[in-house]
Amino acid sequence: METDWLWGLAGGGLIGLGGAVYLLGNGRIMGASGIVGGLVDGTAKKTALERIVFLAGVVLLPLVLQLFSSTPKTTHMTDNVILIVIAGLLVGIGTRIANGCTSGHGVCGISRLSLRGIIATVFYILAGGLTLAVFRHGLGLI
Amino acid sequence: MRLFLSFLAGGLFGTGLFFSGMTDTTKVQGWLDVFGNWDPTLAFVMGGAIIPMFIAWRLTEGRAPLVGGNFPQPSRPELDRRLIVGSAMFGVGWGLVGLCPGPVFASLSYNGWGGVWFLLAMLAGMKVAPKFGMQLDRRMTKA
Repeated sequence: METDWLWGLAGGGLIGLGGAVYLLGNGRIMGASGIVGGLVDGTAKKTALERIVFLAGVVLLPLVLQLFSSTPKTTHMTDNVILIVIAGLLVGIGTRIANGCTSGHGVCGISRLSLRGIIATVFYILAGGLTLAVFRHGLGLI
Repeated sequence: MRLFLSFLAGGLFGTGLFFSGMTDTTKVQGWLDVFGNWDPTLAFVMGGAIIPMFIAWRLTEGRAPLVGGNFPQPSRPELDRRLIVGSAMFGVGWGLVGLCPGPVFASLSYNGWGGVWFLLAMLAGMKVAPKFGMQLDRRMTKA
C-alpha cells in the first residue's frame, strides 16, 4: 500500500516513545531480547516483575487493538514448524549472545550513536539479507 | 510508578509494532529481500523510532530517571566475537521467518500456534545462550 511508509513512521514514533518512557522513567534500555532473556536465564530476579509488566503491555495492547480493527490482523507467517523452530532458536541464542536485537541495538543503540549498536544492526541486516538471497532466491525454501 | 511506566512503555511499544506493520512477516522479509520485491517500510519504522529516542538520550544528560537510580552507562565500545556472531545468527533467524523478539510478543494474540512455537523456541534459545557464549569465548582464546 502507498500509505505503508506513513504507518511505519507513525508506528515507529510510538515505539521510540515507549523507549523514551522506559529510559527517562525507569532508567532502562527498552530491548525486547534483554527484557525477556533476563527472565529466562535468571539474571534479573530483582527486576522480574517490571519486565513481566512490560511484556504484558506489549501483548495486551495489540490484542485489544485487534478486537476493534475492522480487518483481522495477520502476520503471514510460514506454517512450516521446523523452519519456525530453527528460526526461533537462532533468534533466541543470537540476540542473547550479541546482547540485543532490533529494539535494543537498533532503536536504542543507534539513537545513542553506540558503535556496538550500529555494528550489530549492520550484521543482522546483512545476515538477514543474505538469508533471503540464499533461501528464497537460491533454494526457494522461504 | 515503576510498574505503571513499564506497562505504559510496553503498551506504546506493542501499539507501535501493531500499526507500523512490523508484525507482518512479509514486510520484514520484504525489507531484507533486496533481490525481490523490496519493501522500505522497516527503514521508516527505524527512523521514526530513533528520533524520539535520540531526544530521550539528550534529555538524560544531567538528570536522573524519574523513579530514581542512574541511567545505564554506555557499554565499552568493544567489538567482540559475541556481538558479531550473535548478530549474524539473529539475522539468519530473522530472515528465515520474519520475526524478531518484540513482534513475537506483539503478535502473540493473532499469530496462531506458529507464534507460540516460535516463542517457545526463542525462549529455549535464550536459555542455552549463556553456554553457547562460553563455547564461543573458549574458541576465541584457543585461536
